[in-house]
Amino acid sequence: MYRIRFHGRGGQGMKTASRILGSAFFIEGYEVQDAPRYGAERRGAPIFAFVRADKAPINERGIITLPDLIIVADDSLVPVPAAGVVAGADAHSVLLINSHEEVETWSRRLNYPGPIVVLPAAEEVADRAEMPYVGAACAGAAAALVGVLGEAAVIQAIEQELGHLGAETVARNRERALHAFAAIQTQAIRVSEGETGNAGAWQAPEWIELPFEEARTAAPVIHGAATSELSGTGLWRTMRPVIDYERCNKCWWVCSTFCPDGAIKVEEGRPVIDYDHCKGCLVCVAQCPPHAIEAIPEHAAAAEEEKS
Amino acid sequence: MNRQLLTGNGAAAWGARLAEADYIPAFPITPQTEIIETLAAWCDRDEMDARMVTLESEHSMITAAAAAAATGVRVFSATSSQGLLYGMEMLYTVSGWRAPFVLVNVSRGLASPITLEPDHNDILAARDSGFLQIHCATCQEVLDSTLMAYRLAEDARVRLPVIVNLDGFYLSFTREPVALPEQELVRQFLPPFDTQGQQFRASSPESQAVAVLGGGPYSYFRYETHLAAQQALTVYDEIAAEFNTLFGREHGALEAYRCNDAEYCFVMMGSFATKAKAAVDRLREAGWPVGLVRPRLLRPLPVDALRKALCGKRAVAVIDQNLSMGMGGVLHSEVAMALYGQVEAPLLVSFVGGLGGRDIAANEFYEMAKVLREAAEQGKSPPPRLLYTQNELREVRKLQAIAQVERAELKEGKGNG
Repeated sequence: MYRIRFHGRGGQGMKTASRILGSAFFIEGYEVQDAPRYGAERRGAPIFAFVRADKAPINERGIITLPDLIIVADDSLVPVPAAGVVAGADAHSVLLINSHEEVETWSRRLNYPGPIVVLPAAEEVADRAEMPYVGAACAGAAAALVGVLGEAAVIQAIEQELGHLGAETVARNRERALHAFAAIQTQAIRVSEGETGNAGAWQAPEWIELPFEEARTAAPVIHGAATSELSGTGLWRTMRPVIDYERCNKCWWVCSTFCPDGAIKVEEGRPVIDYDHCKGCLVCVAQCPPHAIEAIPEHAAAAEEEKS
Repeated sequence: MNRQLLTGNGAAAWGARLAEADYIPAFPITPQTEIIETLAAWCDRDEMDARMVTLESEHSMITAAAAAAATGVRVFSATSSQGLLYGMEMLYTVSGWRAPFVLVNVSRGLASPITLEPDHNDILAARDSGFLQIHCATCQEVLDSTLMAYRLAEDARVRLPVIVNLDGFYLSFTREPVALPEQELVRQFLPPFDTQGQQFRASSPESQAVAVLGGGPYSYFRYETHLAAQQALTVYDEIAAEFNTLFGREHGALEAYRCNDAEYCFVMMGSFATKAKAAVDRLREAGWPVGLVRPRLLRPLPVDALRKALCGKRAVAVIDQNLSMGMGGVLHSEVAMALYGQVEAPLLVSFVGGLGGRDIAANEFYEMAKVLREAAEQGKSPPPRLLYTQNELREVRKLQAIAQVERAELKEGKGNG
């Protein structure tokens, strides 16, 4: 059985990517299971999707813990703990990463146990939650990497999954998918099907007896406000709001009041954005009366910071 | 045969479409919403000839569904979790009307704490409502069971509403190959609802579900509903046989997988049972005589089939994806009831797992098989076990550490609250 996991951000089309790959397998005569996985959905938040494909009916379900292929559509997810992009990988798990950087860079950075393939990223876009056609490119590259799916199956799968969006959308996605398919097909690396599991030898689960605890410990109660302070959400951001204090008229209340995450504080009469917690929703940008808040791409802002 | 990839939600919508439902009262809730979105799109494009109405709550939705069913039209509706509970008063009420319709429930754990992921406490809260219950393990079963549910509900010997249950995420958002039957063949299996004259008509006033004072008439009506639900077992077997003949798929009241020569069995409901099936295959490869029993019908409970499948086994693990506070797993107590006093009744071991979508790993199934073998060797069942690991508690402790810091800060007046 092939077990394939896609990682991306809400809005990047990972569900669609998994469906294109799933349909391509199905067209080639495989039994298939594909599904997206997310919590309380939000654009830009880490999500994943998975595809299982086998010649026999599939009884496994849910999260893929031992992937044969991991596809990372957005390399800015790698440092996000909640994304868990390399979870469960071993020496046979192929990592396909959509990135401007080289294989060597990722090998060094990740200490990854298996083969790495870089899908050269298209030109950088301002808002990473909108990386157009990245899903199709990832699906095409993945199809080439598994090695058992033909171009025709990928084309047919894209028509099935995107046909309702019109011929032009289908054509653009097809072009990106086939371009990635051709680029990756030249690589020597291929994905191999993982083990089915062995009930003759297994590691015992570390089951415990859940101890009784009194309600003051065991009730699901949040005792104070601002608990989210202890959990950084700044890495969710794909766009960063930046205040131009020259234009800010020090009204002090509009942006800080509208911020749904309480991530704008007022210090000495002027608003200050807490970038550890700002999720980049840009409500402040829309609300500021003198238009003193600008949205800049997060990757550009981060690169700027690194320089200084 | 038209076989295509469909989500469980898509399969439920196709069930309603192929059953040619006339009326669809709806209210959205995660993870059910895709069902009504799909049906709404079909109604909008005239691909489905049904009247769809959005109601202001599940309470109204279930009332509208049963009221429409009482006029003799075919009704479909769907909900999940908190929505099912919000409509709970009407579930009990309308089953007594003896107005048949099909309600799909997409299982999701109940608050508190709130979650989106599946377990069966929502559907089990409706256990005693008078609705019959079919529990599905695959997307194909969701479609097929919806069709079968109409036959069961509308049968003159039954005349009760039916809930078809599928697990959120694991089925609702998961695509699998689903064979779509031909409309003509479905019509052959499921002809239009024949009310046999028992229906409301315009300009012909009747009273439905009249008030009774006194336990005598009350007991009569309640017990008749119970007898109808029991009758549904026989009716279901007929329907399942006919379905198999027409469509070539077997959906018995209870699925027994590799059970005949098994010494040990898992008992589970819903989509997680396919994980158990995979574990059974691996255990068999390793030489362990293990099988799986999966009740598809929970109401009526196929008691005889449970006895037949489980008596003579050495030990049986009932894995409950639900929890009755102060008692334990609900399915465990139901299986125990079915087996009590039977000759060659097996040892029963209770496991609770998969609450709020918590995964059950392959090694946990293998370990449960080991627990069964040890229980059989000792002739004694171990206490019930929650499937819960050291690592999971560690994660909770991290969260609690944050809560403790807050509490201390609040006490010292440093908190923001």
